[in-house]
Amino acid sequence: MTPGLLFALTGIALFSSGVAGLILQTHLLRKIIAFNVMGSGAFLVLVGLAQRSGEPDPVSQAMVLTGIVVSIAATALALALARRLLNLTGEMRFPAEGQDD
Amino acid sequence: MIEIELIPLIILVPLLWASLAFIAGPAHGWKLALGGSTLQLVLAWRLAAEVGGGADRVHVPGGWEAPLGIALSADGLAAVMLLLAQGVALPLAFYARAYFARHPEGAHTFWPLTGFLLAAMNALFLSADIFNLYVTLELVGLAAVGLVASGGAGSVAAALRYLLATLLGSGSYLLGVALLYGAYGTVTLPELASQVTEASPPVAMLAAGLMLAGMAVKTALFPFHFWLPPAHGGAPSPVSALLSALVIKASFYLAARLWLALFLPLATPSWGQVIGVLGAAAIFWGSFMALRQARLKMLIAYSTVAQVGYLFLFFPLATHTEPAAAQSALQGVTLQALAHGLAKAAMFAAAGAVILSTGHDRIMQLGGITAHMPVTVFTLAIAGVSLMGLPPSAGFLAKWLLIDSAIVSGQWWWIVVMIAGGLLTAAYVFKVLRHAFLRAEQSEVYKPLPRLVEWPGFLLAVASLALGLRAAELLNVLGTP
Amino acid sequence: MTRGTGRFRKMLVSVGCASLAGAAVFAVMALPEPAVRLAGPVEANMDRSGVTHPVTAVLLNFRGYDTLLEIAVLLLALLGVAAAGGSEKIGLRRLPSAPHAFLQSLTRLMAPLMVLAAGYLLWAGSHRPGGAFQAAAVLAAGIVLLFLAGLLPERLQSDRLLRVGMVAGFLVFLAVAAFPLAGGALLQYPVPLAGALILLIESGLTISLALILSGLFLRLPDEFEEEEE
Repeated sequence: MTPGLLFALTGIALFSSGVAGLILQTHLLRKIIAFNVMGSGAFLVLVGLAQRSGEPDPVSQAMVLTGIVVSIAATALALALARRLLNLTGEMRFPAEGQDD
Repeated sequence: MIEIELIPLIILVPLLWASLAFIAGPAHGWKLALGGSTLQLVLAWRLAAEVGGGADRVHVPGGWEAPLGIALSADGLAAVMLLLAQGVALPLAFYARAYFARHPEGAHTFWPLTGFLLAAMNALFLSADIFNLYVTLELVGLAAVGLVASGGAGSVAAALRYLLATLLGSGSYLLGVALLYGAYGTVTLPELASQVTEASPPVAMLAAGLMLAGMAVKTALFPFHFWLPPAHGGAPSPVSALLSALVIKASFYLAARLWLALFLPLATPSWGQVIGVLGAAAIFWGSFMALRQARLKMLIAYSTVAQVGYLFLFFPLATHTEPAAAQSALQGVTLQALAHGLAKAAMFAAAGAVILSTGHDRIMQLGGITAHMPVTVFTLAIAGVSLMGLPPSAGFLAKWLLIDSAIVSGQWWWIVVMIAGGLLTAAYVFKVLRHAFLRAEQSEVYKPLPRLVEWPGFLLAVASLALGLRAAELLNVLGTP
Repeated sequence: MTRGTGRFRKMLVSVGCASLAGAAVFAVMALPEPAVRLAGPVEANMDRSGVTHPVTAVLLNFRGYDTLLEIAVLLLALLGVAAAGGSEKIGLRRLPSAPHAFLQSLTRLMAPLMVLAAGYLLWAGSHRPGGAFQAAAVLAAGIVLLFLAGLLPERLQSDRLLRVGMVAGFLVFLAVAAFPLAGGALLQYPVPLAGALILLIESGLTISLALILSGLFLRLPDEFEEEEE
């Protein structure tokens, strides 16, 4: 069990919990945090699995750097939308399903 | 004669005008958009001409050959999708200019967002590197969400739902990329393709499942379709048109591309059938819900849910079937993507025209629009013809090819599904037209519409009809898979 | 995602995610050694890349096209945040309350240090971990701090200037990327110029990304305002 493999397995656990949280949580901030957990899990798998034999791999590290930036962008957008929704409805939750407006 | 590198240009041009539009603001953004989109259409046309008939084009950024660098390649399928994107975007740019002149909400971010959206889609169609595809997927997704969010206070919840759904999809895709890179040490599609065989370790199947599931969520395949109707139905009409016509096709294209280029050795016919069943469910559920809608834009949005189902019939029809069946399936689905793109853009443009004129889009009160905006009603009717799959529209030809594929591969049950789908589509199209032909109510006020609000939609609808007549050339470009 | 929080749904999702995790663990443990090792080709081409750190070489040269698109993603996020906020301005908004004097003194001390740190990180990126993103992050934090302390110069708050600043880095990157198209491929830096071009791109990006990142933070819709401008 190399460190790389351990990172990858942790990443898998994080990814799965992140997905569950994203779907099941109702509070918007928790959904966004769950998305970040999910993303971090995927990054850990990417780096850990590529380096499971012990040698450092610059390509996977560069890919994760790119992924982190993309994550920031997505999180910022999600937070902005959630804040606006809070301003409009007073709650950090999706409004109940009402079809007509 | 200067050798123009078409592949990078068709990505760089929209990036450039989108950035300039960001600085310039909406007053000048539309000029950049119109100029840029025209140039892009010319480039896409040139590329299709060069690629047609099997001569794939490749571009290597940085001169670094894969697997060290990123591979960009254009084959027939990519060229056709590029044509769809630029071909729909240009009329919609004219339409959006006129629409926002009347209804400025959302105009100040529309042009740069649309430019980035087009750049992202072009980059997606041309990429042959699965990590680069992740970046382009996110680019498309964020641009689309931004466009939905620009619709004002009413679209914020829909935009956020869309964002979280699309992030779930791309996150799943990314894990697939991570697994494949860890297993095979490369992210270049052709290299991966040579390594993935029937005897691949279980990691490959897991990655396939994750990536395809991610694309299913992003394409709103049943049962992941919950985010689409509020997002497409609630956004400003030019945005709805872009989303339903183009954005939805990008993730489907990726699913089909991965299936064909990478995962076919792993696929079993039963998985194909499962996906087909979800497609059929989408067709029925989407059409059923469309019939129940009170608002025109929501009806059209649910229609998108239904039409996406036809696209996913590709999987059962092309998985380990006879080559003739697989070929027909690919051709049919590509034509369906194009026909639907044109027709749906036309319908949303028409719905926007109705809203501009009457101030609402309630179907029950559509009466009288035939007298006041006949071009718009024609647009709805012609687009409806393509959606229903009546000859000689491209929609008809697409379904014909799919039915042909079903016959050759012996999967006659999909024929039943498609015919039933066509009938249901006719039901909701006629519902709209029936109300449109009624007499106007006394209290309705109809503001006159500038020509640019009605004619781009009409042009798009006619294109979806005319495409059926000229499909042979298009299928030539597509080539054989 | 709010279709009823029934227990069945919770169980279904939890079981689904747990089995996904289990399948992934099983698949990962069963992996043989990978077929292609990219560290080798990276190492072999380092002397033609213009920098001495392999990750920077991958990010800005071998896979520079990814980085180009990634900057576009950040710009897009800013556009989206602006669209979500509902107002037309990209620029900063008013402070909700008067800043504390201690914060102001501390900021006056920290801000020059942060600029210095950002400059170092930018330069260091060519031969150790560092580069445009890291420098931009520090600079962005500095901008946010200056704003919260009420010390941000008025000149920086012009809408048009901010827009140009945010896009300029990306435009520089586009120009450097497109320039080689005349004789070769996208982003194909001439080998003797590679190092200088990468530094040029990174400098432009540092400023633009700092503005974008701080803009993302400072443009988040505020709790008490609605359509204030």
